[in-house]
Amino acid sequence: MSVGLTWVAIVAASAVVFALKLVGHLLPEHWLAQPRVARTAALVTVALLSALVAVQAATTGRSLVADARLPALVVAAVALALRAPFIVVVVLAAVTAAVLRALGMP
Amino acid sequence: MTTDDARRAAVRQAVSVSVATGLYGISFGALAVAAGLTIPQTMALSLLMFSGGSQFAFVGVVAGGGAAGAAIATAGLLGVRNALYGPLVTPILRVSRRLRPVAAQLTIDESTAVGTAQRDRAAGRVGFWWTGVGVYLLWNAFSLAGALLGNALGDPRRYGLDAAAAAAFLALVWPRVTGPGARLAQLVALGAVVVALASTPFVPAGVPVLLAALVAVVAGLVTNPPPTEPPPPLLAPDHLLTPDGPAEEAP
Repeated sequence: MSVGLTWVAIVAASAVVFALKLVGHLLPEHWLAQPRVARTAALVTVALLSALVAVQAATTGRSLVADARLPALVVAAVALALRAPFIVVVVLAAVTAAVLRALGMP
Repeated sequence: MTTDDARRAAVRQAVSVSVATGLYGISFGALAVAAGLTIPQTMALSLLMFSGGSQFAFVGVVAGGGAAGAAIATAGLLGVRNALYGPLVTPILRVSRRLRPVAAQLTIDESTAVGTAQRDRAAGRVGFWWTGVGVYLLWNAFSLAGALLGNALGDPRRYGLDAAAAAAFLALVWPRVTGPGARLAQLVALGAVVVALASTPFVPAGVPVLLAALVAVVAGLVTNPPPTEPPPPLLAPDHLLTPDGPAEEAP
């Protein structure tokens, strides 16, 4: 994406996210308050974030790749299981991948 | 507990949530510039979009070489839950028409969680506004710090920033797939991972994530919650910062 197109995408995506927030305030009695809608939205969030984990950890362009990101993700999962705060989890993953790459792993 | 005590407790909770959430703005800023965004673009996301999950997702799609449409769609879909917070906070806030856009912009996971966790409406209002404004200020300040830091580092792979991005998404989804009642969420997460990886070689970058969202829509529409299932974890996760969250910090 060019710098100009990225700007367009940033403004458009921000407008979409703001519009969604505003809709919730303007239509509080709407079907948005239905349990099934809330349930589906929560699942969509889970699916998007999980897919982003997979794509971010195991793909480069259109190829599936196994490199230093995978062990780093395992370290992050262990840290999360031990209830480490967000920033610690992220830093541990970065350090793991950086060290493995310094040792020669792709 | 007196009303004053309740308000003070709401402020304390708001401040601790704001600091913890603001801090991970550092990782957002660093990842955004590692993905190729400029510092002004990174700050535009934090100032205008102001929704952590959507911002990380936007940057993730851009980093993977995704098209503008895929980045907008992914950020927008992750922002849908913000629309569901409106009906939870409007009865507490009852803001004037003029303030409505401000309240809407500040309606995020953290402000909704703190606002709705209070015992009375006055404390709820205090909790919502202090958290919303506090997170807004600190999230933007730390985004800038992270962007400057990321810019100074150079090659993102050398410092493992690509792995950090994956870990950030894992930390965001973690509270939603652990704990009681998360069985369906776990299945959806697994299905989403399979769909995203299986489709990666065949569709343009950014699209696998959107295809994965379909798994959730189907699961949400075809399944019925068993009567014993607790309400959906709409809020649970997103003081993403601490696995415990503000509910347990409440005195």
